[in-house]
Amino acid sequence: MNRHATIEPSTARLAAQSHFRTLRLGTPFQPRIDALGLKQDWYNWAGYRAPHSLWDEELEYFAIRSQAALFDISPMTKYRIEGPDAEAYLDRVTLRDVTKLKPGRVHYTAWCDDDGFVLDDGTLFRLSPTRFRLCSQERHLPWLLDSAFRYDVTVEEETEAVAGLALQGPTSFAILRDAGFAGVERLKIFNLAEFAHDGGTVTISRTGFTGDLGYELFVPAHKALSLWDRLIAAGELRGIRAIGYTALNRARLEAGLIVANADFTAAEHAIRADRLRMPDEIGLGFMIDPDKGHFNGRRAILEARARKKLRHVLVGLEIEGNIPAEHAIVYYRKSQEVGLVSAAMWSPMAKRNIALASLQRPYGDTIVDDLWVEIYAMRELQYQKLMKKAKVVPRPFIKLDRRTANPPADF
Amino acid sequence: MTSSELNWDAIVIGGGHNGLVAAGTLAKSGRKVLLLEAGNEVGGAARTEEFAPGFRVSAVAHLLNRLHPDVVKTLELERHGLTIERGDFVPSVALSKDGPLVLHGAYGEVLIGASPSEQAAWKQLRAQLLRYAGVLKPFLSRRPPDLGNMSLAEMTGLGRTALALKRLGKEDMRDFLRVLLMNVYDLLDEQLSDDRLKGLLAFDATLGSHLGPRSPTSLLGLYYRLAGEIGGLAGAQVQPKGGMGAVVAAIRAAAEKAGVSIRHASPVARVIVEKGRAVGVVTQNGETLRAKTVISAINPATTILDLVGPREVDTGFVRKVRNVRMKGDAAKLHLALDRPPQFSGVDAAGHKGRLVIAPSPDHVERAFNPSKYGAFSPEPVMEITLPSLVDPSLVPSGACVLSAVVQYAPYALKEGWTAGKPLLLKAIMAQLEVYAPGIGATVRHAELLTPADIEARYRMPGGHWHHGELQADQMLMSRPVSGWSDYDTPLEGLFLAGAGSHPGGGVSGAPGLNAARRIIAMRA
Repeated sequence: MNRHATIEPSTARLAAQSHFRTLRLGTPFQPRIDALGLKQDWYNWAGYRAPHSLWDEELEYFAIRSQAALFDISPMTKYRIEGPDAEAYLDRVTLRDVTKLKPGRVHYTAWCDDDGFVLDDGTLFRLSPTRFRLCSQERHLPWLLDSAFRYDVTVEEETEAVAGLALQGPTSFAILRDAGFAGVERLKIFNLAEFAHDGGTVTISRTGFTGDLGYELFVPAHKALSLWDRLIAAGELRGIRAIGYTALNRARLEAGLIVANADFTAAEHAIRADRLRMPDEIGLGFMIDPDKGHFNGRRAILEARARKKLRHVLVGLEIEGNIPAEHAIVYYRKSQEVGLVSAAMWSPMAKRNIALASLQRPYGDTIVDDLWVEIYAMRELQYQKLMKKAKVVPRPFIKLDRRTANPPADF
Repeated sequence: MTSSELNWDAIVIGGGHNGLVAAGTLAKSGRKVLLLEAGNEVGGAARTEEFAPGFRVSAVAHLLNRLHPDVVKTLELERHGLTIERGDFVPSVALSKDGPLVLHGAYGEVLIGASPSEQAAWKQLRAQLLRYAGVLKPFLSRRPPDLGNMSLAEMTGLGRTALALKRLGKEDMRDFLRVLLMNVYDLLDEQLSDDRLKGLLAFDATLGSHLGPRSPTSLLGLYYRLAGEIGGLAGAQVQPKGGMGAVVAAIRAAAEKAGVSIRHASPVARVIVEKGRAVGVVTQNGETLRAKTVISAINPATTILDLVGPREVDTGFVRKVRNVRMKGDAAKLHLALDRPPQFSGVDAAGHKGRLVIAPSPDHVERAFNPSKYGAFSPEPVMEITLPSLVDPSLVPSGACVLSAVVQYAPYALKEGWTAGKPLLLKAIMAQLEVYAPGIGATVRHAELLTPADIEARYRMPGGHWHHGELQADQMLMSRPVSGWSDYDTPLEGLFLAGAGSHPGGGVSGAPGLNAARRIIAMRA
């Protein structure tokens, strides 16, 4: 009498389980990037297939500095934060004073856990008095949602919904103007505004990760390709080139900018207790405002300052010679290990051998003389060990007037 | 908004017994202390209240078994009306259809009604339980150890525990460690055979927590019970004359003598925070009161989430506070009876004691099972006292009051407590009728406080008298939350002194005393 229901495999369920068949997701710009990716040199950026380099890393770097470079930043994690309490909420979550960030402005900030250790750094876009976009390297939705308890605010991840492009380099302004974004010349550094595009709008900010004149553009994913095509068409005679991360990484190092999980270990990634970093230990101490309202990590950070418990410092180094000191150990008096280089290059712009390094205080803080780096240069299956003098120098390593010039120059 | 001219050294929020103990101890150290009580009377869940015309009863806590001797000594409670004599100890009676079993003296120094072999087994087990509880006792009364930053005094305290462990001897020490996190059910099975005795112990181990006897770590509850003492004897219990309110009255008198100012009907709206420091409170009437130190002796979650607000503390801390489990699982029954009931087979001394309906460990486990799914058992287990037999002044002449703590009554009852309450009362009355035939006909008035009622009336979130489930993961360094177990909070100048802090609930005064000592020990 009893009839058992037959269990049929649900096609919907199987479809939902097939995510693993796509090892790395494509961004909304992928059709264009795939077509340009001659080197097929991909890496994994937050689950997306992103190019290290598309055709030539040297030329891609020089596109940033002499022409205009187009870099797909869609994989960057983006959160939409909106509501009457959005300002108060972000002021509690992030380090810098959000009440001073006016609508139409962007600032670089960071956020910490209860112990004052940096969870991530990123940029905060104030799109309106009550609407923000927070961009970062890592994902933070659980933290952001838990932080929203008793705030009248909604937090939504919009990484997939919003496509992003960085257009960087001396001709970037001229390209945007020629592409028809009227009024873009009025954007000063860290300003943002909305412009018409393809029946919708694109948010353009004068921001970037290169230390150069440049812009970032955010557009709904379905308008991504038309935006790409519009920029490429307008930029043809001004040398626009799509680039990969290797070139961008060089430019950002010249600009002295740090990258989470490259120059410091984000608190939620760190397994070893001594890898955690407070803002003061990675050069972000300037963000801390003890006089603003409460913010996450405030108690721990101020206590560490008062008790002089800060153990590390992040510095810029200028190293003799021209061999990049990537991941070299830093020594005091050629013998005592005091730190590690996290990023290094020969800078074609600065004409100097530059590096970012994390040192154990007091080295790099009060003791800055007699620092050395040991570079292992592989030469035909043999390391040539070079002990080179290193000098602590201010960041950024290069300062380009065109980055901030108003109106932006027409190259 | 008015602002008080006075500046207090310390403001204590909440006049429960822990708030009174903290306030009194701080006042004795020379501080000017103000205590703010939300209700019209101090005492919290340790009040004696009239629930029917002429009938008074201890509100939630009805047996005194763990008032900390240091509290009695520090506040000189004996000079303020608290007297406990050996003759006041009352027995525990395990009710059963097979006739009762009686534990006389301090937790069954003498066992009556069991076979000779069971008596011998009990003697051994009792000694062992008290020995092991004794090892834990310093942990379960003093400040919890701060593993990161241990002071010399704390090290010495830990050292003493290590010594106590060592003194157990090798075999005993191994056994102590073996059983520490065991469930009480299996341990009882190892050593005893009388279901009545096992049922009573299983009930005591799980009373006030959301655990069944077979739940891992349930034995800890029994240790917690036995780490308490009264009149210098571990495991003893008394029914205070005048109800629990009389104990509170003594603490209150001591606090006032020490100079504490007490204000009733003064619920606090919020704690004033300036640059990461608590500097006072604003009452719901809008009065601003400033103080060097603010001590909250109310629920820790209420303190942080409602009075301070999540905006003044860090996300991780708020996460921890919101995750403290505090859903009560016990109800309180008060019956106004025409005359004293007669529990079958129980003598006069037994009626003055604690009568427990938990006829077997399986019965307790079965009563627990439905509570996991938001229901109560048709045969609830309970602990009954008849306070008017000890103090006839609580009731009209010839009448009687019955007070019972009933498990398991889940806070989040599936059908809701409006619908569920009459059904639970019916189930309880059916159980009572089994052991005290005819009792139902003598009920003049019945008051059943569900966890929802306890929450509303005594401002205990979840209706949980421990202000946070008392289980291994929420004890010691993890109480109320890990990283903040030393009565302090991330806000400078704000301290916690209620049952939600270590060691936990019950009328002990230990959290209040420890918090006050912690503040006194701080460098000015």
